[in-house]
Amino acid sequence: MKAWLPSLLRLLLVVLLVAFVTNPGWFEPLLKPLTENGAPAIYNQGSLLTLTLLHLRTVLIATVAATLVAVALAILVTRPAGAEFLPLSRSLVNIGQTFPPVAVLALAVPAVGFGEKPTLIALFLYGLLPIFENALTGLTTLPANVIEAARGAGMTGWQRLTKVELPLSAPIILGGIRLSVVISLATATIGSTVAAKTLGEVIIAGLLSNNLAFVLQGGLIVAALAVLIYDGLSAIERYTARRMGRETE
Amino acid sequence: MIEIEGITKRYEETTVVDDVSMVIEPRTLCVIVGTSGSGKTTLLRMINRLVEPTAGVIRLDGNDNRSLPGYELRRSIGYAIQGHGLFPHRTVAQNIATVPVLLGWDKARIKARVDELMTLYQLDPDAYGPRYPHELSGGQQQRVGVARALAAEPNVLLMDEPFGALDPIIRNKAQEDLLAIQKRFGTTIILVTHDMEEAVHMGDKIAVMDAGKLVQYAKPAEILAKPASAFVETLVGASEKPFRLLSLGRVRDAVEKGTAEGEAIPGDASQRDALAELLWSGRPALPVKGEDGKPLGRVTVDGLVKRAARPA
Repeated sequence: MKAWLPSLLRLLLVVLLVAFVTNPGWFEPLLKPLTENGAPAIYNQGSLLTLTLLHLRTVLIATVAATLVAVALAILVTRPAGAEFLPLSRSLVNIGQTFPPVAVLALAVPAVGFGEKPTLIALFLYGLLPIFENALTGLTTLPANVIEAARGAGMTGWQRLTKVELPLSAPIILGGIRLSVVISLATATIGSTVAAKTLGEVIIAGLLSNNLAFVLQGGLIVAALAVLIYDGLSAIERYTARRMGRETE
Repeated sequence: MIEIEGITKRYEETTVVDDVSMVIEPRTLCVIVGTSGSGKTTLLRMINRLVEPTAGVIRLDGNDNRSLPGYELRRSIGYAIQGHGLFPHRTVAQNIATVPVLLGWDKARIKARVDELMTLYQLDPDAYGPRYPHELSGGQQQRVGVARALAAEPNVLLMDEPFGALDPIIRNKAQEDLLAIQKRFGTTIILVTHDMEEAVHMGDKIAVMDAGKLVQYAKPAEILAKPASAFVETLVGASEKPFRLLSLGRVRDAVEKGTAEGEAIPGDASQRDALAELLWSGRPALPVKGEDGKPLGRVTVDGLVKRAARPA
């Protein structure tokens, strides 16, 4: 395959996505055949652009929070003083992952009410595991002689962490964040069942009114976002790994 | 001066280093040699307190090494390890600058020092400074590792099998470079190795360790001539002894009057190399030349063979 082809496809996808969320009317003829009984082909109960931005905001907040907590936890349990918390934190994070987001939503609504909050909680819990596991892998598989050299050079524990351990495990941690973001992008759609403003609203509206065009446009926007963000984060990961002479898989 | 007094390290039931006492004179190179598991690396790591001893004292120029926090102590002692341990995410220049940055030197001083060390190690600062360690060859990485250890002008340099990962040709060069640098900076070097050849070649004094104990601590010639135990004897290698003894001496010290035919050997070459050349070429004598290329005399097979005999 030509080297420029993937880049061209990505660019095309970006152009299509931006065009679709800003001017959905242009695409009406394409989606019209999917509707029945003269139903609208383009979502008409809110702006697609606003919903897309709110969707992204929800995912961003949840991922940033999950990253902070997961990385902090991984740092804590890889210090000598925190080593005994490793099994405990592992099971806590695993529970977060095994608990279905829908169940979290159902439990969170009575506690925090409808809207964005229960969605953030569900995404946060669901996103912890990949980041935590990757941060743990990154921090525990550092080359031993590099850490030895850092100690031998007279770095304090904090200096070793910030100057050597975190930068060296950054590509692996980024891999965890990438997985977490993609899962969250998809999972955020169910947040609209509890009145969070996400692209799920379009899909749910389509399901309720039996309008395939709505379902498709909601799904496609989420899919395009996921593909582009996944690609972007992979590129950053490859760049940081290559700078260290580490081979990426 | 480094004084090691009654140093012991125990891990639960196992005694790794057992009551070791020795004094390392300033501006000398001391080699600690032993098999794996002999406690040589642990002993080394107790000097900069990467490992805390169970009992005993280590004094550096009269000061107990516990009078400073460990990380401050380590900034004042150079440390180079096998496989260099360079930071893969930092450039060569940043790697060398590690300790000076920790010590808070100003930028100009750091740059001057990094450039000086890189030039000393035949690495062009402009070409190699901005590169990452994985872009260098094994020999270059090793040199950067030693340069990093020397960056903050330490009086003491600890080296743990620094040449272990190098091929023989590069290793010889690295050893020569280290000896030259030790002369230049007057650094006290303690080097751990399992290679007796390296120990005899590099050391002003050799400490032989076995099962946590210091078995013998003496000049190389004495270790070869009077091994303190059967273990030291084995480590030296009985059949290698005469050649190792010769490798300690320079050709200029074995020069006899007279002339000989053929290519001259420099006076700085080791007597072992001279004997090898004589045996290989089948000649009874070789001419010797000084640094200026003037003839100094000759070395003979008979003369060298006498020197290879066990000292009285």
